[in-house]
Order: sequence, then C-alpha cells, then structure tokens
Amino acid sequence: MAPVLQSSQQWVEKYRPKQVKDVAHQEEVVRVLTNTLETSNCPHMLFYGPPGTGKTTTALAIAHQLFGPELYKSRVLELNASDDRGINVVRTKIKDFAAVAVGSGQRQGGYPCPPFKIIILDEADSMTEDAQNALRRTMETYSKVTRFFFICNYISRIIEPLASRCAKFRFKPLSEEIMSSRILHICKEERLNLDAEALSTLSSISQGDLRRAITYLQSAARLFGSSISSKDLISVSGVIPQEIVKAFLVTCKSGNFDVANKEVNDIIAEGYPVSQMLYQLLELVVEADDVSDEQKARICKKLAEADKCLVDGADEYLQLLDVASNTMRALCNMPQEFSYEC
Amino acid sequence: MLWVDKYRPKTLDQVMVHQVIAQNLKKLVTEQDCPHLLFYGPPGSGKKTLIMALLRQMFGPGAEKVKVENKTWKVDAGSRTLDIELTTLSSTNHVELNPSDAGFQDRYIVQEIIKEIAKNRPIDTKGKKGFKVLVLNEVDKLSREAQHSLRRTMEKYSSYCRLILCCNSSSKVTEAIRSRCLNVQINAPTEEEIAKVLEFIGNKEGLQLPSGFAARIAEKSNRSLRRAILSFETCRVQQYPFTSKQVIPPMDWEEYVAEIASDIMKEQSPKRLFQVRGKLYELLVNCIPPEIILKRLLYELLKKLDVELKHEVCHWAAYYEHRMRLGQKAIFHIEAFVAKFMSIYKSFLVATFG
Ligand SMILES: Nc1ncnc2c1ncn2[C@@H]1O[C@H](COP(=O)(O)OP(=O)(O)OP(=O)(O)O)[C@@H](O)[C@H]1O
Ligand SMILES: Nc1ncnc2c1ncn2[C@@H]1O[C@H](COP(=O)(O)OP(=O)(O)OP(=O)(O)O)[C@@H](O)[C@H]1O
Ligand SMILES: [Mg+2]
Ligand SMILES: [Mg+2]
Repeated sequence: MAPVLQSSQQWVEKYRPKQVKDVAHQEEVVRVLTNTLETSNCPHMLFYGPPGTGKTTTALAIAHQLFGPELYKSRVLELNASDDRGINVVRTKIKDFAAVAVGSGQRQGGYPCPPFKIIILDEADSMTEDAQNALRRTMETYSKVTRFFFICNYISRIIEPLASRCAKFRFKPLSEEIMSSRILHICKEERLNLDAEALSTLSSISQGDLRRAITYLQSAARLFGSSISSKDLISVSGVIPQEIVKAFLVTCKSGNFDVANKEVNDIIAEGYPVSQMLYQLLELVVEADDVSDEQKARICKKLAEADKCLVDGADEYLQLLDVASNTMRALCNMPQEFSYEC
Repeated sequence: MLWVDKYRPKTLDQVMVHQVIAQNLKKLVTEQDCPHLLFYGPPGSGKKTLIMALLRQMFGPGAEKVKVENKTWKVDAGSRTLDIELTTLSSTNHVELNPSDAGFQDRYIVQEIIKEIAKNRPIDTKGKKGFKVLVLNEVDKLSREAQHSLRRTMEKYSSYCRLILCCNSSSKVTEAIRSRCLNVQINAPTEEEIAKVLEFIGNKEGLQLPSGFAARIAEKSNRSLRRAILSFETCRVQQYPFTSKQVIPPMDWEEYVAEIASDIMKEQSPKRLFQVRGKLYELLVNCIPPEIILKRLLYELLKKLDVELKHEVCHWAAYYEHRMRLGQKAIFHIEAFVAKFMSIYKSFLVATFG
C-alpha cells in the first residue's frame, strides 16, 4: 500500500471554516449572507475589523457556496495586497472582469449561481486613493452584473464614496468564550491536552485574534508535544515575562540612570520586541497603586510617542532608553522640562 | 576561510549556544505541517546559523549545495516595465533572498517575484517534504506596503511553500505578519557562552589561550558572537603566542566615534561642528550605518556626562534618530544632534562654572 501522505496544511488553513454558517461570533454578517444564499441577492459589501476575525474566511466561503467549484474561477476574482492593484489594474483587469456579462441565474450542481460575479478586494486598505477613486465608476457601471467585497483592517482608509456604496460589517475581536470553544474543538481533533489555565492563557494572549491563537497552539504542540501548559504557550507567543517588565519599573523608580541603561541594553540583547515591552509597561503602570495620576500621565504620554516612533521605524534601543529616562524622571518627580535646552 | 564561517555549526545537534531552541526546531520539522517561522534577535546572535542548520535538518546535506544567481527580473508596473536586480541563493528545495535590497521597489519583489517563486517553483518530488522553503532576510527593513503584500501570500500558498523570515527588530514587522508565524526569539549569547565558543575554536586551531583571554574578548564583543570570533582571529593575526596583557583591538570606526565625542566635549563652536562634519562623512562613506554612529556617539557621551545631562542627551539622540528615519539624508540629523548637544553642553558649562 502506498504510504499515506501526511497533510502539510497548517492548522490555520485546515480549520478555516468552509461555510458561512461556521464562522463564529459574527452573527450579523452570517445572517445577511445566509439570506443571500436563499434569495441569491446581495449588495456590495465592506468587511472591516482587526486581524484574524474571519473576514477573508467569510468572503471566500460565501463565494464558494454561491458558485461551487465549477463556476468559481469564472465568477470570482480575488485580489489582495500581494497583487498589483494600482490605478492601471483597476482600469484594465478589474474593469474587464466586471464588464463580462453572465447568464441568467440558474441553479447548477446544487449551487445557487446567481446572475452576477464577485470581485473580492482583500486588504483593500493598502490600495491607493487614486486606485479607489478609479473604482467608483466601475462599481456603478457594472453593478447589475458585479458585486464588490471590500475587506480591510482600517475602514478609515477606504474612501467615503466607496464605503457609502456598501453594506458595512464590523468583524469583532472574538470573545474569550468563543475563542476557547474553537480552541477546544481543534484540541479534540488533534488529540491535544490543554488544561484550564493554558486555555485561558491562550485566549487572553491572543487578544481576540483567532489566527494567532491557532498558530500559537500549533507551535506549542509541535515544540512541546501533546500536553501543553500555560508556560509553553507564553514562550511561543513573544510575550515578555512579567518579572522583566516589573524589574524595569523598579529600576526606573530607583533613579539610577546607568543601571537603567544597562537594563535597556540587556532587554535588547535578549531580543524582546520593544513594542511589546511598551504595551506591557503601559498595562503595569496604569494599574499601579503607588504611582500618582500625574506621574501616570507623564509616563503614558511618552509610551505613546515611542510607540509611534517605532512604527515609523525608529531604533528600538534609543526609544526604550528615552522611555526609561522619562519614566524615571516622572517617578522621581524630577521636573518635566529639561534645564539646558535653549 | 574566516573562522566565523569555518566554525559555523552545520547541524542542529552541533550548535554550541541556543541548544534548547535547536532541539525544539528539530521537533518542529518532524511533522509535515510546520508553520511559517520568524526568527528575530540582535546582530551576530546566531539566527542565520540556526536557519541553515534547520534547512539541513529538513532537506539533508543537499540544502548546503546552493547556487548564487544574479538575475534581473522584469516587472510590469502598470504603465512601464521595471528592471529589478536581485541576488538569490537557492538549492533544490529552498530559495533565499533579501527583498529589502530593492529599496523602495521592494513591494514589487513581494508582489511579483516572491509570489512567482511561491506559486511556480517545482517541488522536488524525490524529496521527503511536501513543501519548499523561502527564506527572506531583513524583513524588518521592508516597507509597510511590501509587508502588507506578503500577508495573503503567506496564507494562499502555505500548503506547499513555507516562509522563514529573519530580522533584527521584530517591532518593525507588522502584527499581521507576526501573527502568521511561529516567532522564534534568538537572544544574544551571554559572555560566558561566547567565551566557551572562543575556547572551542582556539582548541581546534591548536592555540594556547592565557587564562581569562577568551573572557576579555567576550566582554568587548557587546554580546555579538560574530564580532567576538572576528576579533579573536584579528588577535591571532596581530600577535601569537597570546599574552595575558595583549590588547583586544577595538574597531577603527569606534575609535573614530570616540574621537568625535571628545572633540565636541572640548569645544562647542560652529568651527568645531564643521570639523566634525568631515569625520561624520568619513564614517558614512565607509558604510557605517547612521543609526549605529549615532548610538555609538551617545554611548561615548554618556560615559562622560553628568547624570543630569544624561537624560537630556539620550532624549535628543532618540529624537534625531527618529527624524533621520523620516528624512532622507542621514548627515543632517546626526549633525543636528551634534549641534543640539553642543548647545546643551555649553549652557550646562556656563550654568555650572560661569
Ligand atoms: N470568526 C471566525 N470563525 C472561525 N474561524 C475563524 C474566525 N476568525 C478567524 N478564524 C480562523 O483564523 C484564521 C484566519 O482568519 P481570516 O483569514 O478570516 O482572518 P482575517 O479577518 O481575514 O484577518 P486579516 O485582517 O489578518 O486578513 C482562519 O483560517 C480561521 O482558522
Ligand atoms: N549556535 C552556535 N554555536 C556556535 N557558533 C555559532 C552559533 N551561532 C552562531 N555561531 C557563530 O557566530 C557567527 C554569527 O552567527 P550568525 O551569522 O548566525 O548571526 P546572525 O544572527 O545571522 O547575525 P546578523 O543578524 O548580523 O546577520 C557564525 O558565523 C558562527 O561562527
Ligand atoms: Mg484576511
Ligand atoms: Mg545573518
């Protein structure tokens, strides 16, 4: 007998729902699309929300359920940020696809096959404004035979004239309960053992992003075997051990610049992501009882600035050192203004 | 061959640091469904070494038979065709490239070339793995656009193409990409670990090391294993037998920065600023990255300053380095920092000594 080829699919793909009804936690959009399956009618759609909440999954599922494998290729055009979607592509490829006429809506092979095509523009927030503007006409002209599905993380990056033509659905971060139940389902399928603590850790460190949770789970399973503890999950997640963040704050309180500098150097050498450090520092500072509101305000303001600088590509060491220095001055009640600047 | 290459461990079982990570990686590839990986950690910490050993674990010694190709790709960018030159390293089962080399055109590399490789490159049917591997270096230097372009590629072709991403600073990699990978944090080896590696190399080379010699090199390496091995080899060239008082040669550019630091602490004037400009240019034309210059300069200044001034100066270093990222010409911003420093330091001197 030929050896059975083990699936080389990653779990995120393996457990991607194939049907709209299996998408968890996004009731509104599921209801509307279930209706679409019955009536074969749907508006242009805009899905927005944070990563790993089911946007791409939902769009692909409805397209497959409407057209089935036979017609899928000819009726659905999926473009994402890995495709060039500049203004030229909008004027040519997208327009051409949108313009093609389709036959009357006849059910085929058990699929509704409504009389329109779908163009899925995934990660649409990375399209330029010009390209989006060029889409307006196409959308209007061919709205009889083409439906557009826009998908993005940030709705503010979609120009108003496009957004206003769509039915908008916000994809919510998954709640911890839903997250837990999906995770447990996978654990059962993959024969993993996850204790209650590990389960709650995984739900909370994933912050509503199910893709992240599944990736962590698979990583931990591959690294640590089928019994997974909360510690294992933390170690694959890039979360910084709480002791380190606490020690950093204690050093800032001590007021010794050189010690703080040394600690910043160590944090960088260990390879901890500074953006994560800022985030955990924020949580710790906000909840601290022995830090006054004014001190908190001073510290948090700088954390926000440093985070923005990191997004711009600034150096991690310099930003963290600046944060350390500012935090120290706030906690030791040193004046906020510098003395020698002119 | 340089010692850094000669003594680079070839397999996951041979590594002398990061042993736990290496064993974990080994487990990871025993299953077919291994996730995408993101390796991150400081320079010279051993990322590349682990990645190469991992490829060998996946595909056997064939993974080391790489060929270097310098190819010009024609990319259709709407109205015109771009020629993008790119060097790739490839074996039968993997391709390695450095997409950020394309600068502001990096988006096209991701959109066209990587997708092409991910989609079309034939899978070695004799191989035991059902997928090929794409190694992308310096992903932290990729533009946002390019990073966005990578997201769906990572999902779409994931069943037969695995990505191994490598970078120094994971904060610069977007959340969307990080959440699609198993994040592998590679810490800089400790000074003790570095000393052990140096002693191992010394032993293999048949060298006598005075006691504490390896430790002294390690201490000056800033926890970079590469740097430690390089300076060990330099010591060997400069003087052997080693003596316990032998100086560990500092890097030329570092001495140069130390000079700049003492220049600007001695005199704060437009004339001095002008002199320093020459030295900064010198460093830049020798390809020392501007942020490294700025950080080293800060390091030298902090050694000498009053505590009160340390806060102020480190703030401005962070401030100008950030501006440098947003701007185009690094020299402006380094010079602005120097000028700022001079002005602060001068008013400090006036306030303190009249
Ligand atoms: N609501 C959900 N129900 C069930 N599974 C989900 C849901 N959301 C996410 N998943 C799981 O997470 C994976 C990623 O989801 P998906 O690709 O739909 O995310 P997305 O919202 O498009 O994220 P991004 O904004 O990063 O593109 C899916 O393969 C699936 O396994
Ligand atoms: N695990 C190890 N055991 C022994 N020696 C190692 C190990 N890892 C790395 N080295 C040595 O350190 C040198 C530098 O390591 P490597 O090139 O892997 O660093 P890197 O993390 O990729 O650095 P960069 O980010 O600067 O590219 C190697 O040439 C090798 O000689
Ligand atoms: Mg998506
Ligand atoms: Mg390297």
